[in-house]
Amino acid sequence: MDRSLKLLSFSAAMNVIASPLKPADVVPRPSGASVVEARGLGLTFKTNDGPVQALTDVNLSIGKGEFVSFIGPSGCGKTTFLRVIADLERPTAGTIHVNGMTPEQAREARAYGYVFQAAALYPWRTIEHNVALPLEIMGIGKAEREERIKRTLALVNLSGFEKKFPWQLSGGMQQRASIARALAFDADLLLMDEPFGALDEIVRDHLNEQLLQLWARTNKTICFVTHSIPEAVYLSTRIVVMSPRPGRVTDVIESTLPHERPLDIRETPEFLAIAHRVREGLRAGHSYD
Amino acid sequence: MRLRFAWQPVLALALLILASFFPSMTMGALDAEANPTATVQVPFDGTSTLISLLLAAGAILSLVRLPKTAEALILLVASFGAAWMLVSGISGAEGSALAPFFLKLAASWFLAWRAASVLSNLSPISASARTLLRLLVPALFGAWVLILWEAIVRGAGVPFILLPPPSAIGLRLVSSVPTLWADVNQTIFKSVIAGYVAGCGLGFGAAVLADRYGFLRRGLLPIGNMVSALPIIGVAPILVNLLGFDWQSKAAVVIVMTFFPMLVNTIAGLSASGHMERDLMRTYASNYWQTLLKLRLPAAMPFIFNALKINSTLALIGAIVAEFFGTPVVGMGFRISTEVGRMNIDMVWAEIAVAALVGSLFYGGLALAERAVTFWHPSVRGG
Repeated sequence: MDRSLKLLSFSAAMNVIASPLKPADVVPRPSGASVVEARGLGLTFKTNDGPVQALTDVNLSIGKGEFVSFIGPSGCGKTTFLRVIADLERPTAGTIHVNGMTPEQAREARAYGYVFQAAALYPWRTIEHNVALPLEIMGIGKAEREERIKRTLALVNLSGFEKKFPWQLSGGMQQRASIARALAFDADLLLMDEPFGALDEIVRDHLNEQLLQLWARTNKTICFVTHSIPEAVYLSTRIVVMSPRPGRVTDVIESTLPHERPLDIRETPEFLAIAHRVREGLRAGHSYD
Repeated sequence: MRLRFAWQPVLALALLILASFFPSMTMGALDAEANPTATVQVPFDGTSTLISLLLAAGAILSLVRLPKTAEALILLVASFGAAWMLVSGISGAEGSALAPFFLKLAASWFLAWRAASVLSNLSPISASARTLLRLLVPALFGAWVLILWEAIVRGAGVPFILLPPPSAIGLRLVSSVPTLWADVNQTIFKSVIAGYVAGCGLGFGAAVLADRYGFLRRGLLPIGNMVSALPIIGVAPILVNLLGFDWQSKAAVVIVMTFFPMLVNTIAGLSASGHMERDLMRTYASNYWQTLLKLRLPAAMPFIFNALKINSTLALIGAIVAEFFGTPVVGMGFRISTEVGRMNIDMVWAEIAVAALVGSLFYGGLALAERAVTFWHPSVRGG
């Protein structure tokens, strides 16, 4: 699919993308204003070797309740795009709105939770105090903090590990704790930057399954950066394929998979067809120079 | 009978055999043999053989496969028993020891060495026994430094002015407790504590400010660098002239010495937190103080404790040296400089012992506090 087919808005996407994989009514899509709206977005880093175009002309609209994956080889700008949404990087061209605000306003309003590549838990805090960290900063009272810690740790299946220190837990449990921390303050948008990239495949499968359940239960909007095709296809309602030099969006694929997704859905022809299209998109966008 | 060889007891046996070729342990005993009618008190009359037998029995028994604790106990009894007899036997005959005395001393030292190595290889299950062992092995080491010092100084008759035996230092220490206490009070509780707290506090505050304001960092660090390079010997008399003879001038010297290590370490520590952790704080829209208190200061604690430990020794040195340049007639540095002039070397050593004790306690307290605060750091939790 070529770049002219990039989504301009969520509703347009429903009509524009006409692929054989896509009976438009298969995925029940939530309605409402877009959570993330990028137009002509570009970001150029100044480095010692001259400017690097991390993102060029990204037009994307993410609706409420969507699960959007960003996939592409390293250097394609998928993480950079997530960081722009989070106001951890400033774009150098175009506009972007998060919940109708600038990223900075959205960050000040604590509009999103961010899950990093590593758990980044503070080693001097127990698991429960790590989850309490954003709540303390946001000035939430002790009683409510305790209630939310209990609830979010239950959500990621970490009840009973409240008093442990991060270094006493496995990598998968640490990452689950960091997801609990991002969920604790009830932001509607969850930004996840290769959160399971450092974990082994068995743990990763398990966490993917749990993440989908969590998404179904909480009805959050999730932006998920990954470099695993099965992971992207399994999780997403929409897959944004990106390519490097310069970083750009090359394809946007609507998933036709049902909302209810057991792990063995990954062996169905439907799943494999979407995975094939993602792979094609990655190959087309990748310049082997 | 099965044996378990170790080089220390074998060497001890060899030394004992070598010692048996010599007729006498001291010159006094030689005189007595030459002149059997005279009624002189002969050093080691009777105990000479006993010492050899005790050491030989200990060395041989330790070669037998006994339980480790039994082996250590036998070695300790033999080595300390022999050492006790050697040191007490030389009383009244200082400076007259001959080769067998030193050979037997070396043999008992090797047995104690073997005991220490057996003990440090033990791995008892109970925590209290492990703690006991952890204290016992260094105590053994310390005890043998003192025993060798005592025996060699007295056996060889080293002049008192050069090196007094530890027993004399100990006696001096016990008999001048009031003086020593007054010195500690002046030097430690006034100069060192005040200077240390102020120096570390100022260094810490300056580091936080320098971290916040770039111009301060650029301006303060080079100057701090220069101040720390100033020789303490040059700074101390100037500050004593400036601030008078009492403890305030010594505290000022300590401040000058402790400020910079704290400044540099804290600045390094404040940038020790990772990018991801700081980005995380940014996503929470955390303000400067929240990020400082909840992330950057906890992450800086290993660095800050480094500075506190370095400064604990610097502060003691600074205060003592500064007292060389003028002080009321009390203080550890004052006492050291005047007692050297009066040839009371044992008093100088007593002051040194007190300074070492106080410094170790101070350092140990800091190390304990460090373990409690930075329990999470890989260097403390082990991996």
